[in-house]
Amino acid sequence: MKKSYKIDVDCANCANKMEQAAKNTAGVKDAVVNFMALKMNVEFEDGVDPKAVMKDVLNNCKKVEDDCEIFL
Amino acid sequence: MNRKQKRNLYRIIAAGVLFALLMILQEVAGIVLNKYIWFALYMVPYVIVGYDILRKAYKGIRNRQVFDENFLMAIATVGAIAIGLLDTGDFAEAVAVMLFYQIGELFQSVAVGKSRKNISDLMDIRPDYANVLVDGELTQLDPDEVEIGTIITVLPGEKVPIDGVVTEGSSSLNTSALTGESVPRTVNTGDEIISGCININGLLRIKTTKEFGESTVSKILELVENASSRKSRSENFISKFARIYTPAVCFGALALAILPPLFILIFTGTHTWYTWIYRALTFLVISCPCAVVISIPLTFFAGIGGASKEGVLIKGSSYLETLSEVKTVAFDKTGTVTEGVFEVAGVHHNSRLESEVIEYAALAESFSNHPISKSLQKAYGRKLDKTRVTNVEEIAGHGVTAYVDGIKVAVGNAKLMDKLGLKYKNCHSVGTYVHVAIDGKYEGHILIADIIKPNSVEAIRRLHSNGVNRCVMLTGDAKEVAVAVANDLDIDEVFYELLPADKVTKVEQLLSETKGRAKVAFVGDGINDAPVLTRADIGIAMGAMGSDAAIEAADIVLMDDDPLKISKAIKIARKCMRIVYENIYFSIGVKLLCLLLGAIGIANMWIAIFADVGVMVIAVINAIRALMVKNL
Repeated sequence: MKKSYKIDVDCANCANKMEQAAKNTAGVKDAVVNFMALKMNVEFEDGVDPKAVMKDVLNNCKKVEDDCEIFL
Repeated sequence: MNRKQKRNLYRIIAAGVLFALLMILQEVAGIVLNKYIWFALYMVPYVIVGYDILRKAYKGIRNRQVFDENFLMAIATVGAIAIGLLDTGDFAEAVAVMLFYQIGELFQSVAVGKSRKNISDLMDIRPDYANVLVDGELTQLDPDEVEIGTIITVLPGEKVPIDGVVTEGSSSLNTSALTGESVPRTVNTGDEIISGCININGLLRIKTTKEFGESTVSKILELVENASSRKSRSENFISKFARIYTPAVCFGALALAILPPLFILIFTGTHTWYTWIYRALTFLVISCPCAVVISIPLTFFAGIGGASKEGVLIKGSSYLETLSEVKTVAFDKTGTVTEGVFEVAGVHHNSRLESEVIEYAALAESFSNHPISKSLQKAYGRKLDKTRVTNVEEIAGHGVTAYVDGIKVAVGNAKLMDKLGLKYKNCHSVGTYVHVAIDGKYEGHILIADIIKPNSVEAIRRLHSNGVNRCVMLTGDAKEVAVAVANDLDIDEVFYELLPADKVTKVEQLLSETKGRAKVAFVGDGINDAPVLTRADIGIAMGAMGSDAAIEAADIVLMDDDPLKISKAIKIARKCMRIVYENIYFSIGVKLLCLLLGAIGIANMWIAIFADVGVMVIAVINAIRALMVKNL
């Protein structure tokens, strides 16, 4: 399953870091962060609850870049 | 500027003024004070401008993010202040680094925000409302709520919100937001109309044929907004580079801080710790990758935005990159390089006026539904007065004879002419033709052919002159037609009598014959080319206004059916990629140069931060250049 989320982040490298953090979250198959469009496209593993996974994604993103937001 | 940016601007101004004042007092006025008093004074602008960096750095440590920019900036400046306290008494440098770093961040944030806004303005085609007659009054409704088959009213100056058919009125439409075409398009009652156009002068009533979500304008917006979910090689390279670069420079800094002074201490016994630690801190200032990272997605974004302004929709930065490497272009024939509609291409061997021959033929054929009859009627252009036609006789497999204004007219093939005992001349051109006899006399033949688009020849010429060395035409048509069109267009190779599956095989053959980085593009009108569009390195669908299938299947969508846009799209892609490479080489080059100069002590922190911010400003301005594609 794929979903797209609006995000807010200030710098391009931070967006790359968010992408890495999201990719390394359990339940996420792949993630792409588009800094210019301020969007995160997440592909989930089969049979996971996107809402629960996205909470972890947000936590992991906050760890690498405190000043970021994902609008869930 | 948003509130956050404004606040940062005020902080920068306040800190900048204070900092300048202190510099003047210390350097110009030469006031001598105790080191610790200077320290306390310089700390005021430092904290004003850098408190958020320090706070983020603290959070970074807690989350074990050693290679976080904020953390690195904090270490570099705090380290410089410490050296100032212990040794040199120079605090200005640390404040300057923080100040310029923040200026750089602000500039970047404003530039990015600006270009985001620019591009969303370019694509400002989203209609806000639809006028629907409710209880006898024109009411503005949310386009989402309008059902299929509703009659909507579009006033002059308004956007057409939903696809439909004009039921009343005629007007000129401005389609430039969709196609980049500045010449208005005229619509009359009965014409199909697509959403996103702007109604210029007449009042139009439109019966909707689609829901808003399925309308052209929604499809396009969706496409543009979701562009670049697939990243290009350059973007992946730069984010990988950033991941390696920062740790590498940090370890380099650590080594620089420990190893050289240690050796010097061992071999000469002199103490040089401060010098080398200072150089290491300079390294940390240079280690921030943001200047390098920002310009690449910004360039692609601007390139895609500029292209969409010209009616070329690109579905992602990776396609822009591929497009720039295209060396082979395969074309579909019908509807791509030709108009795809059969039209009268000429009247040959006639003694009467061309228009007269067409008029008689059209009238004689006026009771037929044959495509040829329709082409004749279209060429005639006026309404047919069927009362002028009497005694119509259709002879199967031959043609038609009839009396027009009492004169006998025969329209048909060679057999009909033989039957009437008339001498005729066969046509040398490719296409379908009918012989015409008027009043018992042979009046030549009318050639009906799928005509080549006016811009096709120029389009192929431009592709050739832009480094596309192989233009191939793939068609299901017969050999003669295919070869004739290919010769007219100066196409390098032509494959004819292909079934749709054969086209895929041919494209695969082209792919295997193309070596190295060169890429193969396929251009089609998207109607039954979906498998080929997907198979080629890059699929370009043209004339896509209103065709969902084409928008889905292709990587690049040309909004109108002008073949010149193909070479334009390639030029836009090349310009964009050139800027991307300029930015990559320039910013990485300057960073490496600064590292070298920093290591041998030529570049101090001032130079390091100026280089960092300067490179970013130049790279960002260069990136914005990708937006300017109008005159390519």
